[in-house]
Amino acid sequence: MNIRLYVLQRATAAIMAPLVLAHIVIIFYATSRGLSAAEILGRTKGSIGWGLFYGLFVLAAATHGAIGLRAIASEWTPLRGHALDALMWGFGVALAALGLRAVSAVVL
Amino acid sequence: MADMIEVLLWRGKEDGRYQTFQVPQRENQTVLDVVSWVQRNADPTLSYRFACRVGVCGSCAMTVNGRPRWTCRTHTSRVVENGRLKIGPLANLPVIKDLAADLQPFFEKWQQAKGVFAPSKTRADPVETISPASAPRIAADAAIECINCAVCFAACDTVRWNEDYLGPAALNRAWTLVNDVRDAGNRERLAAVAADGGCHACHSHQSCQEHCPNKLNPTASIAGLKRRTMQAYIRGEL
Amino acid sequence: MSPRARQHTAGHRRNALWMAAMVHRLSGLALACFLPLHFLALGLAIDGEARLDGFLKWTANPLVKLAETGLVFLLAVHMLGGIRVLLIENMPWRDGQKNIAFAALALACVAAFAFLLRAV
Repeated sequence: MNIRLYVLQRATAAIMAPLVLAHIVIIFYATSRGLSAAEILGRTKGSIGWGLFYGLFVLAAATHGAIGLRAIASEWTPLRGHALDALMWGFGVALAALGLRAVSAVVL
Repeated sequence: MADMIEVLLWRGKEDGRYQTFQVPQRENQTVLDVVSWVQRNADPTLSYRFACRVGVCGSCAMTVNGRPRWTCRTHTSRVVENGRLKIGPLANLPVIKDLAADLQPFFEKWQQAKGVFAPSKTRADPVETISPASAPRIAADAAIECINCAVCFAACDTVRWNEDYLGPAALNRAWTLVNDVRDAGNRERLAAVAADGGCHACHSHQSCQEHCPNKLNPTASIAGLKRRTMQAYIRGEL
Repeated sequence: MSPRARQHTAGHRRNALWMAAMVHRLSGLALACFLPLHFLALGLAIDGEARLDGFLKWTANPLVKLAETGLVFLLAVHMLGGIRVLLIENMPWRDGQKNIAFAALALACVAAFAFLLRAV
C-alpha cells in the first residue's frame, strides 16, 4: 500500500467511526419498534440531512472497502499490479453506485 | 528432567527434511549448545551460524519449536515441549543449508529503507552536542539496540505475505535515523519508507515486538514513520 | 520457500494481537461481501414502499435475526478494532494493546447480544 492509499483508507476510517456508531444506534432504535418501510422512509424521504449522512457513509465505505480489499488481495492472492488496481476500482465504483442508488431510493 | 531431548534438525535446502537426534539434556543448556553438541558428537556436516554466544552479534537466530529465537540466549528448559525440540532455519528467508538461512534479502531491505547514516557535516566541523534528554534522541535510543538477528523479519506475516515489504528491522533502523538530528538523508529516507512495501504495509500484528530478543518495539517505530511520512505527504514533501 | 519448510514456522500466530488483526481483516471482508446485498435490499424502495415492506417482513424470520446479530457484531468489532489501529498509528505509543483488543472484542459481543435480546 502506498501512502496515498494509506491516507485515503485511514481518513475514510476516521470519518466512518462516528457514522458507524450512529448507524448502530439507529439499528437498535429502529428494530426495537419493528422494521417497516413506512417507518424508514418516513424518516428519510425528502431529508437533506439523512441524504448527506448516508451519501457520505456510502462514499467513505466504498473507498475504505475497495482499498482494504486491494490490500488483502495483494497479500492473499497472486494478483499484482494492474489486476489489483482493477479489483479496487471495480469493487469501489460498483459499491458506490449501488450505495448511491439505495440512498436515492430512500431519500428522493 | 528427562535425560535426553529428542532434537529434530532441518537438513538440506528448501526441500529438505527434519532429522532426529538424541541429545543429553543438561542444566543451563542453550539451544545453541544443543545444536553444537550434534555438530561435535553426532554429525560434523551439520551447518549453522553463530559467533559471539552471548547475545551481541545476532548471527545465531533459528526457528525453535515454531518460533524464531536467538538460540545462544534461549535455554532449553524454556522451550522444550514434551521432551522435544524442533529446530529449523529462520523463516521468510532462503535456506543456504541446514540451519543457516541466507540473510541477504534482509540486509538488502535495510539498504532500501535507507538505514544508513547520511552525514550532514565533514570531519573539519566540530563534533555536534546531542542532549540525551532531547525528544528525538529519546525516540532514537528506544529503538537503537537492534542486533540485526532477523528474528522480527522471520516472525512477521506481512513480510511473509508481501515480498516488497521492507520488514520491521529495516523500518525500525530508518526510524532511529529519522530521529538523528545529525543525519541529512531524511527526504530520501521518508520517500523510501513511504513507497509501496514501506511502513504503510504494516498491520501492527506486533509479532516483531513479541519476539524481539532485545525487547525493542518495531511496531511503535513503524507507527512513528507512518505519522512522519503522513505529515510530509500533507506538506507536499513526498 | 517451500511449503514444507513453512509448516513449522507459524508459532508467532499464537498471539492475541495476530488474532485481533485476523478478526479485523475477516470482519472487513465479510462486511464488504454484505454491503452490496444491503444496498440492493434498500434499493427495493425505488419500486415503492410495498416492495421494501415485503422484504422487511422476510427479515422478521428468526434465522435472519440471528444473521443480523452476526452483522452487528462484525460492524462493531471492525469499528472498535479499527479505532484501536488508528490510535496506534496516530497517537504516542501505548502499551497493553492486548487488553485494548480484548476490550474491543468484549464490547462488540455485548452490542451484538443486546441487539439479539431486543430483536426477539
